[in-house]
Amino acid sequence: MAAVRTITQTPLPGVGVRYDVPLSSGARLGVLAHRSGRRELFLYAVRDPDAVAAEVVLTPEEGKVVADLLGGTELVESLTRLQQQVEGLAIDWIELPASSAFVDRTIADAEVRSRTGVSIVAVLRGEEAHAAPGPDFRFAAGDTAVVVGTPEGIATATSLLTT
Amino acid sequence: MILAATGDVPVTLVELGVVLLVLAVAGRLARRAGVSTIPLYLLAGLTLGEGGVLELVTARDFIETGAEIGVILLLLMLGLEYSGEELVGSLRTSRRAGVLDIVLNATPGVAAGFLLGWDATAALFLGGITYVSSSGVVAKVLEELGRIGNRETPSVLSLLIFEDLVMAVFLPVAASLAVASGAGETVIDVAIALAAVAVAFAIALRFGDQVSRVVSSPSNELLLLTVLGAAFLVAGGAEQVGAPGAVVALLVGIALSGRAAERTRVVLTPLRDLFAAVFFVFFGLEVDPASVPSVLPEAAALAVVTAATKVLIGMWAARQAGIGLPGRLRAGTVLVARGEFSIILAGIALAEGLEPELGAVAAAYVLIMASAGPVLTRFADPVAQRLQARSGS
Repeated sequence: MAAVRTITQTPLPGVGVRYDVPLSSGARLGVLAHRSGRRELFLYAVRDPDAVAAEVVLTPEEGKVVADLLGGTELVESLTRLQQQVEGLAIDWIELPASSAFVDRTIADAEVRSRTGVSIVAVLRGEEAHAAPGPDFRFAAGDTAVVVGTPEGIATATSLLTT
Repeated sequence: MILAATGDVPVTLVELGVVLLVLAVAGRLARRAGVSTIPLYLLAGLTLGEGGVLELVTARDFIETGAEIGVILLLLMLGLEYSGEELVGSLRTSRRAGVLDIVLNATPGVAAGFLLGWDATAALFLGGITYVSSSGVVAKVLEELGRIGNRETPSVLSLLIFEDLVMAVFLPVAASLAVASGAGETVIDVAIALAAVAVAFAIALRFGDQVSRVVSSPSNELLLLTVLGAAFLVAGGAEQVGAPGAVVALLVGIALSGRAAERTRVVLTPLRDLFAAVFFVFFGLEVDPASVPSVLPEAAALAVVTAATKVLIGMWAARQAGIGLPGRLRAGTVLVARGEFSIILAGIALAEGLEPELGAVAAAYVLIMASAGPVLTRFADPVAQRLQARSGS
């Protein structure tokens, strides 16, 4: 995997922070992180490299979805760092008791994400960790689900998975 | 109470209604023409005042108070835009461009003041008026033209912040110069005003987090009442000791940060829009429209010179940041617009009875600059293309 060239970071007072990512194709990508959580992606013009040629505006939710799609399995590694950086984002460990309704059922059955907005990023079983489990991953009694989401979402998910 | 109101109150309501509707029509025209609303609000004020098309009788007192609130809200919101770190960071990165900006853009104003035969204080005010770009207009234009992500934009924003900070120091000094009588008193007044601003600044930078925590509330209503109450109280208190309340309101805004600032901005925006419009109208009311045409040539000449000097400093700052020619032209032209701060300065000068002609010159000047600035910057790219084509690159 070729290394990414240096990403520069420029504060935009009153707006947020802009990141410049020079791509190996020669194009330059800009990411503007608004303080409101909005994200904008820019491509700069070829003739005039200081001007934005095209832009895409993402709501905070859309930004997360796109990041998910681009990030994939690397998500888990960066989570611990994220937790310290992002306000309002929490990580928790939910242990499934034998009495849980979802023992021997799949993640898709539990519909955790659509019901609570919380993502299950890993499942710990004994000494074994299943990173980024798919929707057909089957829970067993004593599993610990590593979840990421808002504190409220996690509270709901906890009561969902443990009863 | 309201239903039983008699006497002047119904008349005042009718007059206020007329004023707001005139503003609404003016604002729509501005929108359609793609220009800033500030010049049209000023024109509306000119037509409604003494010697204008329609004369207000009883609503004037209310509008005068509303204008005071408008200034406080304008600066409070400006302070909310920036955090303490951003201010200090901008001061550091754009120090040289900032100083050059003062030299290039205040000098023509001061010189013009002397050429018009005004005293030193009035000339100093005109220097301030020609110096400071309109953060409000520039931010709006950057947004509308999709330039927020452009690489020259940080240079533009840093310069604007630098100017706003210079104003935080200039305003108290100028205001004390305007009211003071003897030389000894002037020095004391200036010292008190500066000390008040320094204390507020220190609190804003040092205790911003604590202030934000005390102020914040999950209820928008309570947040609004707390912030407005605090801003009015502190601004009024500062006025009592001779420091301009508006500057202290700016510092209250800077002290608030994080989520508290974010949400305060949302709840205050409609109020700011209303009272800022009232403020521009009030300034228009204070100026006799008949006095504007006679100073138009002077104002136009000043506009041409200070548009050029502003373009120069914007281009210089962008060049320091390694920006190419088209970006430099965009940065220079977008800064041309002058607006709310210039009118605030002119308003103080008028209130202190400094120089009768100053109001008319400032009104004509801001009318030109706030209209021309946003239009001018749209030509930056075509001009750059032509220049580059000619140089054969």
